[in-house]
Amino acid sequence: MTALAALIRRDIKIALRVGGGALIGVLFFLTVTVLMPFAIGPDLAVLTRLGPAILWLGALLASLLTLDRLFTADHEDGSLDLIVMGQTPLELACAAKALAHWLAAGVPLIVATPALGLLLNLDASATSAVALTLLVGTPALTFTGMIGAALAVTLHRGGLLLAVLVLPLSIPVLIFGVAASQAAITGPLSFGTPFSILCALSLVSLVIGPFAAAASLRHGLD
Amino acid sequence: MTLIDLANPTKFLALTARVLPWLTGATAILLLVGFYQAAMAPDDYQQGATVKIMFVHVPNAWLSMFVWGVMSIAALGTLVWRHPLADVAAKAAAPIGAAFTFLALVTGSLWGRPMWGTYWEWDARLTSVLILFLMYLGLMALWRAVEDPSRAARAAAVLTLVGAINLPIIKFSVDWWNTLHQPASVMRMGGPSLDRAFLIPLLVMAIGFSLLFVTLHLAAMRNEILRRRVRSLQMMQASQAA
Repeated sequence: MTALAALIRRDIKIALRVGGGALIGVLFFLTVTVLMPFAIGPDLAVLTRLGPAILWLGALLASLLTLDRLFTADHEDGSLDLIVMGQTPLELACAAKALAHWLAAGVPLIVATPALGLLLNLDASATSAVALTLLVGTPALTFTGMIGAALAVTLHRGGLLLAVLVLPLSIPVLIFGVAASQAAITGPLSFGTPFSILCALSLVSLVIGPFAAAASLRHGLD
Repeated sequence: MTLIDLANPTKFLALTARVLPWLTGATAILLLVGFYQAAMAPDDYQQGATVKIMFVHVPNAWLSMFVWGVMSIAALGTLVWRHPLADVAAKAAAPIGAAFTFLALVTGSLWGRPMWGTYWEWDARLTSVLILFLMYLGLMALWRAVEDPSRAARAAAVLTLVGAINLPIIKFSVDWWNTLHQPASVMRMGGPSLDRAFLIPLLVMAIGFSLLFVTLHLAAMRNEILRRRVRSLQMMQASQAA
């Protein structure tokens, strides 16, 4: 247990320090959100309607951008080999790394959501609905994305290949995240149904992600 | 002859060389009979002649999922039993599966235009099949991105098993969500709801397309084995020349 706690603490520290790049995700999130009104036009009514979708897309792309860092740095300096050979089960270590990554890169996105909601003319209830769905949904993005990150690091390929592999897996999260936010804002469907499915997706990814990532690390590293 | 005997690629090549002509012949006969029966089948009282699209659409849609299932078993073979032909099987199946998925999407779209009034609708069944298609393409991209075949094989196997979650979602999407796509009418509790005049040609076509897959798959596996042999011979030659 202490080993896992130490791993989480170490990963968060590395991510937040110079060269860690956790906060660059938030900057990217802000940039994507600011770009949208230029593409769509500054019509506030339209922005209100599209706001949840824009925020979800921005968060999805921002979390994809930072996924590359989940294993790459550890692979380069050799600590990933130590984690693979260590006493702690690799599945738990992967889960701990993903949790740390979510705390360092995912939570700032959620914290930034209210400010970005203002730019998109969302009112308080709409913003809180989006923030709540992001709080529940971004762990699913991180934990399914971890599978792609593990594959990419064993193949020494990142970037585009990672995006191509991970994006199809994250479509369900996007669908139900946006559906729940829209339901909370405009109705007429209930907020509970898509929100529960979103929770279920997160829980399933919490189970499958670490096992698949550990399997690919174990078979792929040599 | 057990599965482990086939681990020897030479034995596999010899066996498939004997089986393939028969398989090709059977596929051709079944598909010809199927197409003839489909052409002779009566028009639907509601859909008219467009119902004939079903005889191509449904087998392709079944196979798009069946091929991923075959690849998942092959992925287990790669990861668990380290069967040397498993990754050849998975790699050879992916483009064929992608083609079946693409045909299912295209024929469904052509059928949807006269029946639903739209080529595309973002409902659960169509979206989940589109995701399946994207995952086929992603897998093929992964194989193309990595030079070392065994490394690519293990990575692809993990991704294939993760992607297998999509199969039950596709199958049950028509029951879980309200969609434009009709619910299952052949493989369902209480027997098929399809009339015999449509059911028999459909089954003939389904068997014909399945045999087509087996034939193409075995041929593609033979090509892949030969391609790997050529590659290792070339590398041997290059190392001797140096």
